[in-house]
Amino acid sequence: MADLEAVIGLEIHVQLATRTKMFCGCELSFGDEPNVHTCPVCLAHPGVLPVPNEEAIRSALKIGAALGCEVAPRSIFHRKNYFYPDNPKAYQISQYDIPICSGGRLGEVRIHRAHLEEDAAKMIHVGESGRIHGSGASLVDFNRGGTPLVEIVTEPDLRSAAEAAAWARLLRETVRQLEVSDVNMEEGSLRVDANVSVRPAGSEELGTKTELKNMNSFRFLERGVEAELERQRELIGSGGRVEQETLHFDPRDGSLTPLRSKEEAHDYRYFPEPDLVPLAPTAAMIEEARASLPELPEQRIERYQEMGLATDTASLLASEPETAAYFEQVADAVDAEPKVAANWVIGELAAALRQDGVEGGAAESKVEPAALATLIAMVQEKKVSHGSAKTVLATLVAEGGDPAAIVEREGLAQMSSEGGELESIVAAAIEANPDAVEQIRAGNGKAIGAIVGRVMKETKGRADGGEVNRLIKEKLGA
Amino acid sequence: MSTELLALSVAEAAARIAAGEVSAEEYFEAWQGAAAGDELNAYLWSVEDAASYEVADGPLRGIPVAVKDIFCTEGSPTTAGSRILEGYRPPYTASAVRRLDEAGARVLGKTNMDEFAMGSSNENSAYGPVLNPWDRGRVPGGSSGGSAAVVAGGLAPCAIGTDTGGSIRQPASLCGIVGMKPTYGAISRYGMIAFASSLDQCGPLTRDVTDAALLLAAMEGRDGCDSTSVGIEGGIVAPSREDLTGLRFGVPSELAEDSVEKGVREVFERTLREIEGLGGEIVEVSLPHAEHGISAYYVIAPAEASSNLARYDGVRYGMRAPEAGDLIEMYEETRAEGFGDEVKRRIMLGTYALSSGYYEAYYGQAQKVRTKIAEDFAAAFSGCDFVVSPTSPSVAFELGAKTADPLEMYMNDFFTVPMPLAGIPAISIPAGLAEPDGGGPELPVGFQIAAPAFAEQGLLESAFALEQGIGFQASAASRLPWIGGGGDG
Repeated sequence: MADLEAVIGLEIHVQLATRTKMFCGCELSFGDEPNVHTCPVCLAHPGVLPVPNEEAIRSALKIGAALGCEVAPRSIFHRKNYFYPDNPKAYQISQYDIPICSGGRLGEVRIHRAHLEEDAAKMIHVGESGRIHGSGASLVDFNRGGTPLVEIVTEPDLRSAAEAAAWARLLRETVRQLEVSDVNMEEGSLRVDANVSVRPAGSEELGTKTELKNMNSFRFLERGVEAELERQRELIGSGGRVEQETLHFDPRDGSLTPLRSKEEAHDYRYFPEPDLVPLAPTAAMIEEARASLPELPEQRIERYQEMGLATDTASLLASEPETAAYFEQVADAVDAEPKVAANWVIGELAAALRQDGVEGGAAESKVEPAALATLIAMVQEKKVSHGSAKTVLATLVAEGGDPAAIVEREGLAQMSSEGGELESIVAAAIEANPDAVEQIRAGNGKAIGAIVGRVMKETKGRADGGEVNRLIKEKLGA
Repeated sequence: MSTELLALSVAEAAARIAAGEVSAEEYFEAWQGAAAGDELNAYLWSVEDAASYEVADGPLRGIPVAVKDIFCTEGSPTTAGSRILEGYRPPYTASAVRRLDEAGARVLGKTNMDEFAMGSSNENSAYGPVLNPWDRGRVPGGSSGGSAAVVAGGLAPCAIGTDTGGSIRQPASLCGIVGMKPTYGAISRYGMIAFASSLDQCGPLTRDVTDAALLLAAMEGRDGCDSTSVGIEGGIVAPSREDLTGLRFGVPSELAEDSVEKGVREVFERTLREIEGLGGEIVEVSLPHAEHGISAYYVIAPAEASSNLARYDGVRYGMRAPEAGDLIEMYEETRAEGFGDEVKRRIMLGTYALSSGYYEAYYGQAQKVRTKIAEDFAAAFSGCDFVVSPTSPSVAFELGAKTADPLEMYMNDFFTVPMPLAGIPAISIPAGLAEPDGGGPELPVGFQIAAPAFAEQGLLESAFALEQGIGFQASAASRLPWIGGGGDG
């Protein structure tokens, strides 16, 4: 039997961080007392009408621009009809055949569409399972009901669980940098569902898919998809057939269980929402959305790679725009290869900040980009040893200031090989370690470490490691 | 004194109040007294204390308005004629009512209606039928039957209602008053309980055309709470036209003569002669798709209603079936007990029409017919200024006469359904009295005039000139219920 290839598409709900809800003036909130951000409109009282939120439309246009989507000149809101207590009108206002954005691409994955809709209210089922079946009572918190959502649907272009999770991360970073959403998976402002199927490798046809819901972290997304792929492969391998269904991921044990059909099987009876006119963004709005785009992670990674940064380093920096901006200031200020500056920023500096428990990253620390650039230059020019530089960095993290002044004050200037001082310390260290000398002479190069260590201890790290090594070898004639 | 006050039209009363000749309180209290004598089951609720109310100083200062119970009014009961909203008091007020308030008017009471505006006789109210003030054995029409009956019956000086397929014009016709459905979008729908969102429109029910213009002027306008509202450019002023010279009135050649009562036809013909007497020209026009109006309407309206009425689920407000064991049961029992038969019939019709696999055949097709009807009117208006017809094929019919046959009931809307489908304005004015086909005392007959979208001012001007020419109030004075005449009461 041929290998079964994974075919995965994602549906991502992005909760927009607008000031107010999609179709009424209630403020958005998270974690507030239940049912305080409500009004007749979002509680679906008789006679109310929706009025679209302009800020949400602008956010959707930004997302569309970032994903390279086409904007429909007149997109249409539809009603998606279904009964559930979290859906007070008994229809969700969404978009159906003409979404605001369609087409597009992010990384290697094609975007099918991105449309605007409203979020449901939050249900709390009182009981052990936390789900409606078997619960003693259900409570509804309408604070979330009506929050603007952009639903992004990809083409089924992903080929493994790891690829799906990695791409979802890239999407999250991209949307985050647009500043239109908190994109927090745990809080539900970013929700990723996966459509999963398998097919014989090389086949062009799509297999029967299942839809996976409730994976509220990238790790769970990967685990859920992995588990489902395995289940489908085993099922088909043993002559079975995949049934189209919706599966609920349980983060406690990683299991996938079908949602009851009664809860989910619907004929949504979509029809155009008669209470709203077609959504026709002006050319100026579309242009404004395009013009407002920051450099997005994908482009930034590419640019950093061209600057000579390793892929990992580039990705790491691109996912943290503030750190990336910091890195670029350092790189500009120092006469060294950008990758050297990058390594200092994500290596030594990040470690020093962690050590000191400083939050908010390099950009918010006391270490000015110019100071780090000076320090890097001093190391390059051998004015300070790498080890002493770490000491200087720790001081910078704690107090800020000018590295040259700190070196001066703390007497950390690199011990020059000229003048004989270092040479005599080296000689003393050789004398104190006859065993090491013997081993080196016997061909064990690693034994030099003991002598170097002694020198470093004596010089309090001010000596340059390379120079010390050179002197030892010279003395031993090795 | 009180009788004299009640005989005033809204325009006259407003002028006297503005001039300080009559106090707003005195006038309001006179009408409160009248409303308290409701023997028609026309009010579902009326205001009790009047004293502590400050009215705004506007063109309608001190004018009491009867409001169809489909408009939300903050803090006072609003049922839409349905059991499912029994006890419901909205937390907000409809924009149309708020605008009337701002013009100085105030709500006198909430009027009975067919449940969720679904009906043509008012017999579909969960709170019992409204009686026609001309003959209490007959229906007042529907769905704004209560609003028509209170004006015709001398229980309110004016009223507002909603028209989806004729729900203002047909009861106005059957009760001998003026009823107007403005262009879709002229008046905000915010706070008007939705039946069929793409058709529903608020409008006035009044004794005469001038009063209709006054109420429309106060209510029309763009409202930020209704994305589909636009208002009427230039606003509305009181009409003053005296003749119809230079205007062409189109009579559709497709008028289904067979279904129209003999008396209604005679009044209609007489009114056409009146138009000519006033200098107007009668021309023939064609509305080839109008005959499919009823079919399209009875797909589109129920489809939208099936979605609009889904929110009445017992979760947040209104009635909830007390004994339900689980969620689905709660939905089913609440809706089974809360809705009446006609509402259930239309929810089922509409749900079916929107179902996957049937959508194109029903909803899609009906929308195409709707477009054709709008195109028919556009073509007709290239050859005439107005399209005219009887408002209703018959005078008021007897209670219970058509309840057994929904299709026969639906045919009442034959002349009134095409206009909302096309989104255009139309007015019904009383044109005379006629005997029902089965014999009996004469009853009012309405004459319908339709105009292009947003041509309300011209429509009101022509209706005013024709109203003066017909002189209905003078000729029917001995039988006008609001000045003590009327049928058997």
